[in-house]
Amino acid sequence: MIEIVDLVKNFGELNVLNHITDTINEGEKVAIIGPSGSGKSTYLRCLNCLEDPTSGSIIFEGEDIADPKVNINVHRQHIGMVFQQFNLFNNKTVLDNITLAPIHIGKKNIKKQKGLSLKQRQESIKQLKLEAKENALNLLRRIGLEDKADVYPSTLSGGQKQRVAIVRALAMNPKVMLFDEPTSALDPEMVGEVLDLIKDLANDGMTMVIVTHEMGFAREVASRVLFMDGGVIAEQGTPEEIFEHPKCDRLREFLSKVVK
Amino acid sequence: MQNIAKKWEVFERSFIEYGGYERVIDGLKNTLIIALIGLCIGIFIGTLIAVVRVMPGRTRFTKVMAKILNGICSVYTSFFRGTPIVVQLLLGYYVILPLMGINLKPVSVCILIFGLNSGAYVSEIMRGGIGSVDPGQMEAGRAVGLGYWATMLKIIVPQAVKNIMPTLGNELISLVKETSVVSFVGALDLYTAFRYIAANNYEFMIPYLVMAAFYIVIVLVIALGVKLMERRLKKSDRNS
Repeated sequence: MIEIVDLVKNFGELNVLNHITDTINEGEKVAIIGPSGSGKSTYLRCLNCLEDPTSGSIIFEGEDIADPKVNINVHRQHIGMVFQQFNLFNNKTVLDNITLAPIHIGKKNIKKQKGLSLKQRQESIKQLKLEAKENALNLLRRIGLEDKADVYPSTLSGGQKQRVAIVRALAMNPKVMLFDEPTSALDPEMVGEVLDLIKDLANDGMTMVIVTHEMGFAREVASRVLFMDGGVIAEQGTPEEIFEHPKCDRLREFLSKVVK
Repeated sequence: MQNIAKKWEVFERSFIEYGGYERVIDGLKNTLIIALIGLCIGIFIGTLIAVVRVMPGRTRFTKVMAKILNGICSVYTSFFRGTPIVVQLLLGYYVILPLMGINLKPVSVCILIFGLNSGAYVSEIMRGGIGSVDPGQMEAGRAVGLGYWATMLKIIVPQAVKNIMPTLGNELISLVKETSVVSFVGALDLYTAFRYIAANNYEFMIPYLVMAAFYIVIVLVIALGVKLMERRLKKSDRNS
């Protein structure tokens, strides 16, 4: 589904990702673990080109999205992303947060269609808005926050924010979901509700890549675990291989520090 | 004291009986129109410039475009911030518009120049405002597939405007005060109206005092309006 070929990312002089090659297959749940500064987040952010790779290719649906000439916006619509800091749109209600992108992009597509009369166009935009709203409410129902549809994000708890952020990404019907430390900014008692939702998605067969410090969660949900260190994938395997039979010293050292 | 009472009488007669108040009302109208429409134009231009100035480029083409646009914007802002507004008015009214063969009323020229001038200042204010919005908002917008401009206009700029509301209020206040130079190109404003009354009677003290009072009241009203608006915006931040 996503093919990463010889990916390099430098920030100025600093080399963060050092020739990474990997393939993320459909239906896979990839957990990325590793010490801070190892390049996990940068790697994830390169997958939807939030960070433009310095060199290398990211092949998504047969196109190299690292190429500046492709229209990255179209591809990002199929790659959902969830941030550590939630990043809900502060000036929009919860419902508008979820419907903003589907409506904006749907409108664009309607405008592109040729041979529509003005009336037909207005009609389909109206339809589009109704559908987006309906879909958003369904998603909110799924996470039990439908009563929060009309409030602003500032009134939500961290866990609620993150769950809204997840369904905001889902509203675009993404083919793959990227999670950048989705529970790191949460109070401990809210971690569970967010992890449960992600597990739910995993069970539905969503392809996902998760950068996480929750080793228990990685072990339970992931079908493959990547251990990153110094800008490379130092070791990878099934959760069992990684957590029970770590091969390299760095991984063993890392695990001894984080797994109690 | 007697002297002042007499001066006041002269002013009163000229203000009310000889219709000076009509001129003042016209002048007040022009002052407010020039400042308000000028600010609206300024916000439009300023936002455009600010968004261009923080624009990244992805392809080589957009990077070069961004650089060129950036250059144009910076020439624009340094011109309008680097020359007095009187000079801009004179250049606009007596040089540029005649050269272009455009004939505009003095007030229209003033609105235009004040708008362009304010655009330069607002662009810097807006740039600060955009900088104050969490970069995660832009990332989130881009990550769901919105383009740079769509994210800017729907997500970033509204939040930026909220943050710079008090500073925009100040900009309106300085525009109101700066309108007192529009008589240079023959537009009637508050100052011109009072100067007319004063010059008519060779009696300057009272008219100019009353004029100052007019300006102060306008500025206080604007300041109050900004305060109220700020309070309302804050409220929507906390709950709703």
